[in-house]
Amino acid sequence: MKDINFKEVLLKPIFKGNPVTVLVLGICSSLAVTVQLKGAFVMALSVIVVTGLSSFVVSIIRNSIPNRIRIIVQLVVVALMVILVDQFLKAYSYSISKTLSVYVGLIITNCIVMGRIEAYALGNKPIPSLLDGLANGAGYGLILIVLAFFRELLGSGTLFGYRIIPQSFYDAGYMDNGLVILPPMALILLGLIVWIQRSIQKDLQEK
Amino acid sequence: MEYLSLFVKSIFIDNMIFAYFLGMCSYLAVSKSVKTATGLGIAVIFVLLVTLPINYLLNEHVLKAGALAWAGLPDVDLSFLSFIIFIAVVAAITQIVEMVVEKFTPTLYSQLGIFLPLIAVNCAILGGSLFMQERDFVNVGEATVYALGSGIGWFLAIVTLAAIREKMAYSNVPDALKGLGITFITVGLMAISFMTFMGIQL
Repeated sequence: MKDINFKEVLLKPIFKGNPVTVLVLGICSSLAVTVQLKGAFVMALSVIVVTGLSSFVVSIIRNSIPNRIRIIVQLVVVALMVILVDQFLKAYSYSISKTLSVYVGLIITNCIVMGRIEAYALGNKPIPSLLDGLANGAGYGLILIVLAFFRELLGSGTLFGYRIIPQSFYDAGYMDNGLVILPPMALILLGLIVWIQRSIQKDLQEK
Repeated sequence: MEYLSLFVKSIFIDNMIFAYFLGMCSYLAVSKSVKTATGLGIAVIFVLLVTLPINYLLNEHVLKAGALAWAGLPDVDLSFLSFIIFIAVVAAITQIVEMVVEKFTPTLYSQLGIFLPLIAVNCAILGGSLFMQERDFVNVGEATVYALGSGIGWFLAIVTLAAIREKMAYSNVPDALKGLGITFITVGLMAISFMTFMGIQL
């Protein structure tokens, strides 16, 4: 097997081939959990763990999966990982697991996980697959955290629950932007992120 | 009346796309033309309608804490298995639906064909089951109405977006915003317009 450039495997998904903004995978959950930075952070970690481990496991058993039923096999592997993460969250940070509600379960159908398994883990050795999974999870997490940063800062004036915008601003007439907390703004902000990224990297533009 | 308000609520107020962002991946990928969007929308309604009642019954009689009382096991709580059971049901049902449709209505199959396998990994389907579990519907009728309503909501959302995108081909969008970027912003604006339903009390 040819040499794998580990640096490329790790770095590409974070910016140049970002799963959310370039490959359009995993949009579902990226929007709903980004009202607060804390939830986004936990979600990002969970996704990193799930993509990494399930790519790793699928890659180990890749040669013994019959092609016709591979989707179901992959879903079972992913679902197992998600159950582990979910039980872990319930045990150690119950309040966060409540705020994330169904979205932890929805990591199963998060296209990033399935997409990376299909596109990478099925054809590569376990260690590169693990790295690829981790890096894609991280690329996804990055977008989550950027979105959550702006939404929490502009929407509630806090970061991680701590007040950032001083009280004197409010006294002088500053108001939190309630619109940013609502679902639609998440989409519009994501659109703006895509816009900025594609203005910098011209080769990504669609004709 | 309760059924009716649940139905209307799940179409407009709790719209899968605009309120919860479920099924976004295929929503964005398949909304380039109205015709394919309609096909996928119908397939989603159909699969939701079949899987949700089944998952509801499984949840009530097998998975919930104390649900196994009928089998003489009142202390067993299998709810941690719900993800894996739900996704297995969804994947199996889509497979069966695909085979049945192929066998009995080849014309419908040729229209839905490629979308059916996609649906197994559509978050809207699994999301429907998970919301069903969280909301504790009282009977299987409510679960079915909820499935129908949210399916129709999803269908409406994808068809309208596809219609807008078809029209948008004639407009002059900045280069960097073309494709994905402008689609996000359009969906955002559509979601804002759907928020007008939020004030309705049912």
